[in-house]
This record gives sequence, C-alpha cells and structure tokens, in this order.
Amino acid sequence: MTTETTVTTSTPDVATGARVDRTTGAGFVTAALQSARRTVLQFFRTPQLLMLGTVQGALFLFMFRYIFGGAINPGEGIDYVDFLVPGFLASGILWLGMPAATGVAEDAATGVHDRLRSLPIPRASIMFGRSLADTALTGWGLLVTTVLAFIVGFRLDAGVGEVLLAVVLLIVMAYCFMWVFISIGLTSKSAQAATGTCTLLIVPLAFVSAAYVPGDSLPGWMQPVANHQPFTVFSNALRSLTLGGADRVGLGHNTAYWVALSLVWCAGILLVFGTIAVSRFARRR
Amino acid sequence: MTPIIEARGITKRFGEVRALDGIDLVAESGHVTALLGPNGAGKTTFVSAVATLLRPDGGEIHVAGIDACAQPKRVREIIGLAGQYASVEPAMTGTENLRMVARLFGLGRRDARTAAADVLERLGLADAGDRLVRTYSGGMRRRLDLGASLVGRPQLLLLDEPTTGLDPRGRKDLWEAIRNLVADGTDVLLTTQYLEEADQLARHIVIIDHGRVIAAGTPDELKDRAGSNVIEVRPRSAGDLPAVEEALSKIGCEAPYTDMDTQRVSAPVAGGADQLRDVVRLLDERDIEVDDVGLRRPSLDEVFLAVTGKHLEPTDPDSDPQSEPADAA
Repeated sequence: MTTETTVTTSTPDVATGARVDRTTGAGFVTAALQSARRTVLQFFRTPQLLMLGTVQGALFLFMFRYIFGGAINPGEGIDYVDFLVPGFLASGILWLGMPAATGVAEDAATGVHDRLRSLPIPRASIMFGRSLADTALTGWGLLVTTVLAFIVGFRLDAGVGEVLLAVVLLIVMAYCFMWVFISIGLTSKSAQAATGTCTLLIVPLAFVSAAYVPGDSLPGWMQPVANHQPFTVFSNALRSLTLGGADRVGLGHNTAYWVALSLVWCAGILLVFGTIAVSRFARRR
Repeated sequence: MTPIIEARGITKRFGEVRALDGIDLVAESGHVTALLGPNGAGKTTFVSAVATLLRPDGGEIHVAGIDACAQPKRVREIIGLAGQYASVEPAMTGTENLRMVARLFGLGRRDARTAAADVLERLGLADAGDRLVRTYSGGMRRRLDLGASLVGRPQLLLLDEPTTGLDPRGRKDLWEAIRNLVADGTDVLLTTQYLEEADQLARHIVIIDHGRVIAAGTPDELKDRAGSNVIEVRPRSAGDLPAVEEALSKIGCEAPYTDMDTQRVSAPVAGGADQLRDVVRLLDERDIEVDDVGLRRPSLDEVFLAVTGKHLEPTDPDSDPQSEPADAA
C-alpha cells in the first residue's frame, strides 16, 4: 500500500494481469451494468415486485376493457378497446415506474447509496444503470400488457414502420419518465414517502388525460390541462401511430405533430429530472 | 509514518445543529481506533466526512496522506465503508453481493470471483455463499456487509456502529473478524456507543460528545485520567441498596451511583485497599449481606462521567461493563 503520489490524479489503468496493490475503481460502463443487474435481479427474485410489475397491468386492462369500457364512447368508427390500449400503455409507464421510486428511496435509507458513493466509481453510473434496468422492467410489464391487449380484442391498423416507431417511442417515453421516479426516490426520506409522492403524481397524470377517455369528454375546465399534459400527448402519439392516423384520435393534429410533441416532452423531462437525479446522487452533503 | 487518518478542526453544521464542532483526530496505522460517544455525538457525521460522503464546512482531513476534500476519488480507492445498516442486497446471494462490490472496486471478473470467495471464507460464510441474503440471520448479514467493505482490499476500513442490533454471539463473532483484519494489516476506524466494544477492540479511543473531542488515548490512559479507582458493592437484597449507598457515601470521594439494572452501588475512591477494608467494616456494622464487593479500575463510562458529568449509556444493560466486575481486587 503506497501513500505517496498524492499529486497525480489516478488514471484507470486496466491492469488485469499485473498485480496491483490498489484498486482504481470500475469504469462508467461496468459500474452502470452492475447497478442495472442488481435492479433486475431484485425484481425477478422478489415475488411482490414481480407480481405487481407483471399482473397489475392485466388487472387494470380487464377493468377498463370490460367494466368501464361499455360506458365510454370514443367516437364513431372506433372500438373502445382500440382507443384504450395505446393510452393504456402510455399510462402504464406511470404505474409500472412507481417501484423504481420506492426502490431508490429504500436504497438511500438503508445505506446502499452510502456504500456505493464510497466506492471509486463515477457516481452518475449508478443512477444511469438503474434507469436502464427500471426501463427494461417497465418494458417487461408493458409487453405482458400488450400480449393481453391482443387477447382481449385490440387490433392494429398500421404498417410495420409505424408500429416499430410506436414501440420505440413508448420505450423512449418510459426511459425519460423513469428519471422522474428516480428523482422522487432520491428526494424522499423513506420508501413510504416516495410511494405517497408517486401516488399524488400518478393519479392526476393518468386520469386527467386522454389516456383512458377522449379528451373532449372531460369537463371544460379540465381540458386546458388535460389536453396538453404529456400523457395525453403520449397517448395520442401512440394512437396515431397504431390506429392508422391522427384523425382517429381527435384534437385535430396530424401524427407527426403528436410524435414530435412527445419527443419534446421527453427531452424536457429527461433534461430536468436527469439533472436533478444525477446531481442529487453525486452531491457531497 | 503518515497517520492513516489525520483530521484537524473539522466542523460541520446541519442548519442550526453543529454536528461537528472542531474535531481533531489522528489515527495511527496498525491498530483499531474507536470513536466512542452517545447517540447524536457526531460519530456518523465524522465517518461520512472521512468516507468523502460529505464535505466538512471547515478543517482538513487526510487519509493516508491524501487530502479527502481535494482528491475524494483517491481516498475512495483505499477505503472500505460499512455503515449502520447491513446494506447488502437481500435478493442476491452472498457471493453475488461481494462480486458486485468487487467489480465496482475495479477488479476483473476472475479476480472478483476469487476475492469474493476469499472474503466469504475469511468471515466464515463460505457455506452460505450461494444462499440468498434474505435467508441470512442478522449477524450473518452484518458479517457479509463487513465483507463487502473488504473485497476491495482497503487500507482503511470505516465501520459505523458495526455491532448495533446484534446479539452477544453475533457481536463476538464480528469482533473476532475485526481483530483478524487488523492482524492482517488493515487499519480500522470504528464508531460505537458500547464501552465494552471500544475497550475490547481499540488501542486508541477518542471520546466525543456534541461534536467535540472530550478525551482521547489508550483505554488505560483514559482510565488513569479519570483518576480514582471504584469500589462496587452488590447487596444480597435489593432493599439494602439505600443503606449501601449511605455507607459508600462515607468513604467515596464523590457521590455513589446506584445502578438499578445490575443492583450495584459504586463510588470512586481516592485510595484503594484501605477504603475497601473500611467499606467492608461499615457494611458489617450495618449487618448488610453482600453478594459481591470489590475494588476495580474506573470503566470508560466513569471516564465519560468524569469529563461530561453524565453517563454514556445509562439505559443499556446488555453491554454494561459493571455486570462483570473483572477487576475486583
């Protein structure tokens, strides 16, 4: 163990063969992958998380499709199940992302973050790894929901390119919004507090929107917010792409408009909440 | 030789609270340094500053000669931290947990595997390595957490209340592990609110309270500083406790202290054997039957009492050194 050379900043020499007395810490990619791996293992080995992340979407889908669905009229020439599914998937980002916030808050409260922050690694890598893993887990839940959606009667009316674009867009939206959940986790004092904050955020975002019902069926005073908030935009973008055009979703814009606006929202959310999360985690109190 | 930790005038405020109020601490290599103090004394804050988790408002910390404020990453390369909670992942096996931390320390896949196996072996967890941590006992989790701070082969190990919440058996096991580490050349700074722990493990003890160092030295030096020896009496019947207290108040140089948990009365005395003889005579005159009477060196609690005027751990019977008066003359 050496104590001299206090001046040089350490260079990450990848001395795998040569014996080194001092470890110099993992690089960004390794650290991010380790962090991601931990999150994924946690999910698939914790029955409650796995159940919630897999079955929750199915439950709600059945509820909307068969219980509320009969009472909702999405407009002429379109079945409610077709109208519902794209919005349901968009709002699924919200419900499926919640465990990320509680997981992060729990790691902060139980000293996991202190341990990680005491290691010689780029601190941003840990949250970056989490964001990838949690997005993948959301993707898992969305995949299960999608399969079910086809079983309960959802049918696409779009070309391969549009469907692919919809899938990519959904993943991008999930990824960007994941940083909101990570930020909530990092700024909450406990997992319970994080759950509370998430609920307060998710319920209005999911329901005061065009995710489950046509935007123009909401009360007039609600519409200015509902028609412009990101989850209405996301829902409409996915509807435009999967149902054969924006004229099927109302609100009088074309597909490119909804897709572009979605991407703008994504970029803004990522910028703001990515910055909050990374600086919050890396900061020395 | 460069001290492993050299902290000068460390201050840290959280709002109105002065968590650290000018801490000076020098820890030499080659033994355990214990930071002893009650809850809220600033122990965790100090360890966090050494671990580069927080930045002090004032003062300087050098770890093995490296400036912790200017070069935190280089400090992180040579430390291992085990916090107050066992921060291992319950949904991963012991081996997986250690390999992950080893990988984060920068070891390659193969080296990480070897390091994890070594550490499990060393901590007596080799058989449990392939089990999910959620099936571990509290003591095993703590040991694994200690292991996680070891896989990077740190020069300095920071242990924040490593045995809090463990049963006596788990505590002894962990002490054994820590002793072995020091024998292997790892330096250790640990915080504790257990006097016995500091006494057992540390050669250098720093007592802090309200963010300030109030005494520092070897256990013997600290006990010498408290000055007087202590006479301790345990009457056979609890009803005699007041009478014993009255008798001791005639002999002791300070007011006697009655510990209701252990049913013992103790009082510091100026001399030693002569006073003990007097106490026995007084008790005899009063016809008080005793289970135990003895003269012993002051405990660290009395050191703390002498310096701060209060007891360090008045409500924690399971680590009270008075329950085993080993120094009885």
